[in-house]
Amino acid sequence: MKISSILSVFVLFLSLQLSAQDLYFTKTAKVTLDATPENPVEEIEAINNEATSFLNKSTGDLVFAVLVKSFRFQKALMEEHFNENYLESNKFPKSDFKGKITDIASVNFDKDGTYPVTVEGKLTMHGVTQTVSAKGEITVSGGKFSAKAKFTIQLSDYKVERPGVVKDKISETATIEVDAKYELKK
Amino acid sequence: MRKILLSVLLIFPFQFIFSQPDDLAKMLEEELASESTTDYATASFKTTRLVNAHTNENVGRGVMDMRISHRFGPMNSGIKNFFGLDQATMRVALEYGLTDWLMIGGGRSTYEKTYDSFLKAKILRQSTGKRKMPISVSYLSAIQTKTIPFPDQDRTNFFTSNMFFVNQIIIARKFSEGVSIMISPTVVHRNLVPTVNDPHDLFSIVMGGRVKITKRMSVNLEYIYQLPDTKPAESVNSLSIGFDLETGGHVFQFAFTNSQAQIEKAFIHETRGSWSAGDIISGFNLSRVFTLKDPRSKNKEAKKEW
Repeated sequence: MKISSILSVFVLFLSLQLSAQDLYFTKTAKVTLDATPENPVEEIEAINNEATSFLNKSTGDLVFAVLVKSFRFQKALMEEHFNENYLESNKFPKSDFKGKITDIASVNFDKDGTYPVTVEGKLTMHGVTQTVSAKGEITVSGGKFSAKAKFTIQLSDYKVERPGVVKDKISETATIEVDAKYELKK
Repeated sequence: MRKILLSVLLIFPFQFIFSQPDDLAKMLEEELASESTTDYATASFKTTRLVNAHTNENVGRGVMDMRISHRFGPMNSGIKNFFGLDQATMRVALEYGLTDWLMIGGGRSTYEKTYDSFLKAKILRQSTGKRKMPISVSYLSAIQTKTIPFPDQDRTNFFTSNMFFVNQIIIARKFSEGVSIMISPTVVHRNLVPTVNDPHDLFSIVMGGRVKITKRMSVNLEYIYQLPDTKPAESVNSLSIGFDLETGGHVFQFAFTNSQAQIEKAFIHETRGSWSAGDIISGFNLSRVFTLKDPRSKNKEAKKEW
């Protein structure tokens, strides 16, 4: 009984230690959204520099969240319509991603370099959750690391409607680019 | 017993690892909840005007709004005037957002050949979250100068006699995604009055609201109550119904009103026709915005200038 209690404390300690050291986060990840069509009337691109993300270095578990209202467009009216008519940010204030870097084991965090990875998980946007997977890369440099990924989604999959008058102005697909520089979560 | 305990304990650390996605999701929730941001109400109304009167909305910083508003003649003028379409008054204007809270504009109306200029400043913004504010408040100041010849050419006429000054506090609240209401106490100062007994300062209250029918369409109602003490005898309170239709950078506003003009001093205090007599005027406002400055360039430019 004595041994087991010591063991349990030890094991508990170990597991906590493990998760604390492997957990990285950022509150300033950059998310870019691009729905510019092939023959653009105007560029429809938005940047959000306030995405929050957590990454577990050992398991590859990855979560992301953005506030829809923090996307910045090149035109004030685009931003208003994005919030009012398309993403309906009052009803659905945030979008998030919950998933995993499936091949995190291939990344050597002790050695500088760029490592290709695959991300899989569930993206929730406009109240709709869909499974997505994307190619990305992790760049390790001087003990720190950053993650990048790019993927394309169908707007109709997320019930984002494009009415007749703007069909030519907005692409039916949107490209989402993510760029996060992680820091150790203390 | 010991073996069982040991094996249970050995599973324990794995449990920690396996429960990670939920933990991360939970941490994310907590992180977002701890962030106290202020959430401002946006787009209480589709444009800077309800039908005739100003809303609490401004155009964004660096945005130029070209507005053309038409009012036809009274519909009860019959087939002879093609139900008012033969006759039209209009205002053309350019309006510009200096900052996100301050806009200026200038226009010319055919009504009494009037030039007008205004500035509108946001004082309070409706918000929830860190900073809570139940209403939005804006201040409008306008100068409206008519340039038609003076009726009495024999007396000494001053340029300033043609000037009118408008001061308005616009109080608005967006109750829900589709419903917004505003109320604006207004004072119009006229430099020249018809007789010595007429007041220079005229008081009124603009009341209005909108209901969205679809995401891109709304119905607006506007009524202006002139305080009886200062109401010019021959004037009628202005009542208007409008339909906003938004298509990208354009907003079309269809209007049915008993006011002929599109400037405060006239549509508030110089409305003659009444709905009950059938003096209904149809018309439209057309708003087209041009973005002259990328709103995202704020920081870059601030550095360059200073």
